[in-house]
Amino acid sequence: MTITDPILSLDGVCAGYGGGDVLQGVSFEVNRGGITCIVGPNGAGKSTLLAAVTGLIKPRVGSIKFNGETISGLSPRAVLSKGVVLVPQNHSLFPDMTVRENVELGAYTIKDRQVVKDRRDKIEEMFPVVRSKAKDKAGSLSGGQQRLVEFARCLMLDPSLVILDEPSMGLDPKTLHVVFQTMRAMNADGRSILLVEQNAKAGLKASSHGVVLENGRVRLLGTGREVLEHPEIATLYLGGSVEAAGGVR
Amino acid sequence: MSALTKTFKSMSKAKLAAVVVAIAVIAVFPLVFTNPTVTEIAIFALMFMATSSAWNGFAGSSGYFSLGHAIFFGVGAYAFTIIANDFKMAPTSALFFLMPVAGVFAMVAAVGVGAVALRTKRHTFVVITIGIFFIFQLLGFNLNVTGGASGLQVPTPSNWNAATFNNPFYYAAAILLGFTVLLYWIIKRSAFGLQLLSIRDDEERARGLGVPVWRVKLSAFVVSAFPVGMAGALFAYLIGQIYPQTVFNPLFDLSWALMTLVGGIGTIVGPLLGGVVLESIQQYLNLYLSNVDIYLIIYGVVFLAVMFWMPRGIVPTVVGAVKRRRGTPTGPTSIATSDDKQPAKPDQTAGLIVTAKGATE
Repeated sequence: MTITDPILSLDGVCAGYGGGDVLQGVSFEVNRGGITCIVGPNGAGKSTLLAAVTGLIKPRVGSIKFNGETISGLSPRAVLSKGVVLVPQNHSLFPDMTVRENVELGAYTIKDRQVVKDRRDKIEEMFPVVRSKAKDKAGSLSGGQQRLVEFARCLMLDPSLVILDEPSMGLDPKTLHVVFQTMRAMNADGRSILLVEQNAKAGLKASSHGVVLENGRVRLLGTGREVLEHPEIATLYLGGSVEAAGGVR
Repeated sequence: MSALTKTFKSMSKAKLAAVVVAIAVIAVFPLVFTNPTVTEIAIFALMFMATSSAWNGFAGSSGYFSLGHAIFFGVGAYAFTIIANDFKMAPTSALFFLMPVAGVFAMVAAVGVGAVALRTKRHTFVVITIGIFFIFQLLGFNLNVTGGASGLQVPTPSNWNAATFNNPFYYAAAILLGFTVLLYWIIKRSAFGLQLLSIRDDEERARGLGVPVWRVKLSAFVVSAFPVGMAGALFAYLIGQIYPQTVFNPLFDLSWALMTLVGGIGTIVGPLLGGVVLESIQQYLNLYLSNVDIYLIIYGVVFLAVMFWMPRGIVPTVVGAVKRRRGTPTGPTSIATSDDKQPAKPDQTAGLIVTAKGATE
């Protein structure tokens, strides 16, 4: 699979937390304007990969490029300022702040209040829940609503690449559908999406491209459908491993 | 200036009317109540409303309870007195312009205090601020520049009309209060205020979002020292003689905390309400009953009563009650997640549908 216009490129990335490398030479690209889904069993290195991309850990070897510019080794704030935002796995809203305050907090680095207001207005059109619950405490919202407010907050910086870490976690199927619908809306709005998802079927189905990680290495690459229909996927998720990495790669 | 304009534009008509009435009442008060004893009570009430607002601006916004803000009161009082004495400044109305200078000295002290105390988390922070406060009080007792236990004389206006002697102090206190309230009104609506609130809510989560936690906390701490330092300067000018135990007074911090908690922590109006009520009671008892300690018993009773019946403070409790009467929903909300047959309810999925193109499959 060849990606002609990558927004994010990882090349031979080795990274970990000090007790050895979790990522062992990870290389793949995220296409501009698409949704790329990373799947893999527990311990595959998905969270470590996101930590490396967002600047929380520095790769020991290899490079990470965003829009052709090296971002590996930059601070999280610097990566954020480049236009890469992460919506973390666990709920990250501030429960005693209102929904509007939570959303505006996403733009705390922007000095011009008019820019903040304009973006908030646009986001409130996209996410009606942000407007209808603006003065409610974020902690009073349901899990699905909180997830949408997190999406809204991340858009306040007008990012080019949105990284979603397990957005389906803890959500029922109906709410999950709305969350994935929202992800597609953000993508349709011109943002590239890098999705990490335990729910491989739902994640790959919603994505243009898929990446399978296993033991800190890329084992499969392809379109979302190709990866989803690969015969080894079920085996992998039942605890086995992909015998032939060739596959769709 | 544009921030100020936006601030007023963002206020509802009712709030704007309340502010105008409050300003008018404060402006004419000493003209209507000319008794110097009454105006002195009013001066202290305004001063403590301002200092409680400043204390609340830091503690109520960040969740860090400081019991060391009296340091800045003392530093402001000493800075004012030492500068006025050393530069042989005449005790005229112009001396009020020295108050901001004293506030800056308090801010400088706050940088040092905050740099140490804010390395710790909330509960430890309380203890550390108490410890540092007593270090400052000890310095007040032992340094030559502070006059030791004998304290310092402050230049006192000798040719002012006795009947209106308090009025310049009253208006200086009123301006200090107006400045402090406006400052925190603007901060509360700024990106800086949002960062402070996020720290109060969950410091680690704020850090994860990229908020420079320590820098924001220190900045808020230093900013809050400015009005407190100015209040210390005003106090020194009004009283005419300062001692370490009167300006580095641990009861100040307890009073500011109590006034804020009683009125409603984290609100603009809360410390104003707590300050005007409790400080007026204290001054009344001091001046009319000549009992300097009975106010502590009353403070205790008020505190217990408020914590028992209105644990969030008076203002949030009253506002909550008004909202309930108007039928504003206050309970948790949730989206419908199953097809179970349930009694008819409002459509709780409303607001979850995304309206951007391409949202549908």
